[in-house]
Amino acid sequence: MAKLKLALYWSASCGGCDVAVLDTNEKILDIANIADIVLWPIALDFKYHHVEAMSDKSIDVCLFNGAVRNSEQEKIAKLLRAKSKVMVAFGACACFGGIPALGNFTDRTEIFERAYIEAPSNDNSDKTLPMTLTQVAEGELELPEFFDTVLTLAQVVDVEYFLPGCPPPVDLILKVVDAMATGQLPPVGSVIASDKTLCDECDRIKEEKSISKIYRPHQIIPDDKKCFLEQGIICCGPATRGGCGLRCIKANMPCRGCFGPPAGIVDQGAKLVSAIASIYNADSEEEISRMVEEIVDPAGTFYRFGLADSLLKRKRLTP
Amino acid sequence: MSFEPKIVGLLCNWCSYQGADLAGTSRVKYAPNVRIVRVMCSGRVEPTFVLKAFQSGADGVLVCGCHIGDCHYVDGNRKAARRIPLLKKMLTQLGIEEERVRLDWVSASEGGRFASIVNEMTEQVRKLGPFSRKDEGKNG
Repeated sequence: MAKLKLALYWSASCGGCDVAVLDTNEKILDIANIADIVLWPIALDFKYHHVEAMSDKSIDVCLFNGAVRNSEQEKIAKLLRAKSKVMVAFGACACFGGIPALGNFTDRTEIFERAYIEAPSNDNSDKTLPMTLTQVAEGELELPEFFDTVLTLAQVVDVEYFLPGCPPPVDLILKVVDAMATGQLPPVGSVIASDKTLCDECDRIKEEKSISKIYRPHQIIPDDKKCFLEQGIICCGPATRGGCGLRCIKANMPCRGCFGPPAGIVDQGAKLVSAIASIYNADSEEEISRMVEEIVDPAGTFYRFGLADSLLKRKRLTP
Repeated sequence: MSFEPKIVGLLCNWCSYQGADLAGTSRVKYAPNVRIVRVMCSGRVEPTFVLKAFQSGADGVLVCGCHIGDCHYVDGNRKAARRIPLLKKMLTQLGIEEERVRLDWVSASEGGRFASIVNEMTEQVRKLGPFSRKDEGKNG
């Protein structure tokens, strides 16, 4: 059998997803046995023009990590889509926007102000901001255009499979590799993870859920056997897809939601509002406002990885 | 043309929907801006419904249930009473004024009260203006 052609790309991401591919350890050699890598910016020296020169659909699988937040990323996403038979949204950022999508609580102007003018480490008295086009003596210089809104990969191009996680765990990466090698691909649109929620897979002791105070993770040393929610620590397990191998839970940290919403859930954040408010023991108005106060940053906590993929997608920008 | 707010009303089957019905059969005159959806209980109103209403073009969302203590399912309305304030805090972070969402209690005998809640909310949302958003694409 001819070797598969594999492309890996990173856009708005931290590089952790690429490291996760290397975390397959000696299995990376199996990947190299079944596939020729044709693009992998973090590890190999291929250029965009090498990809542009390929004929359409000549790449078998593209593992695309990172959200899309500028025009270069959008262009390469479209290029790789045209050249690839199978496009995999690899990791939480490509699937749901991930941490970069927290930028959707603000916009380009505010981000530039903060990053290039206000930040205390800046020395920018001329208030120079990045511009898409700049005229210099030698001609016109172009930078990718920075978007107001961070997008998921599926909002830019068609995606066959979603491999969630921050980063995706090695066993699920190998599942995708196996599927590629054997040609037994799941139905298009599948999320390569569990169909259950994290709570369903969690082996902590669960008793009655009724809490009277919310603790933030730094305020308490959690019991490592008992359900986080029952200890008053916000855990995104009730509205997060399982399949992660309980990595955070085993490290005695609550779920932060990087596997996105489980099957059938449209909006992870709204579901978490529902779940957390339901178990808080508050009836009087004072108790209810105490609960609202104790949950310091509901939108940031409940949409930590999923804002770009939520119903409202971003903070409202008024026309 | 003057702005007419579109308000989605999520009314519980046992009290508030009956209250709205009473307002109608009693011929109470009130603002025609609310589009009523009957749900079994205010506790059935998932925060997702409210977001979906805004995403689909509503300018406001009114949730009504039985008075506290009167819930047909004992404590469904108590759950709503906790969810909606937390949802409002989250909506504020997303740039949505909290006055666009209102939770109130209307019993089956309170047709007049339902009418005045709708009137009040319609005026409030009218003042806020349309729930318009810049295109949510890459530059909006």
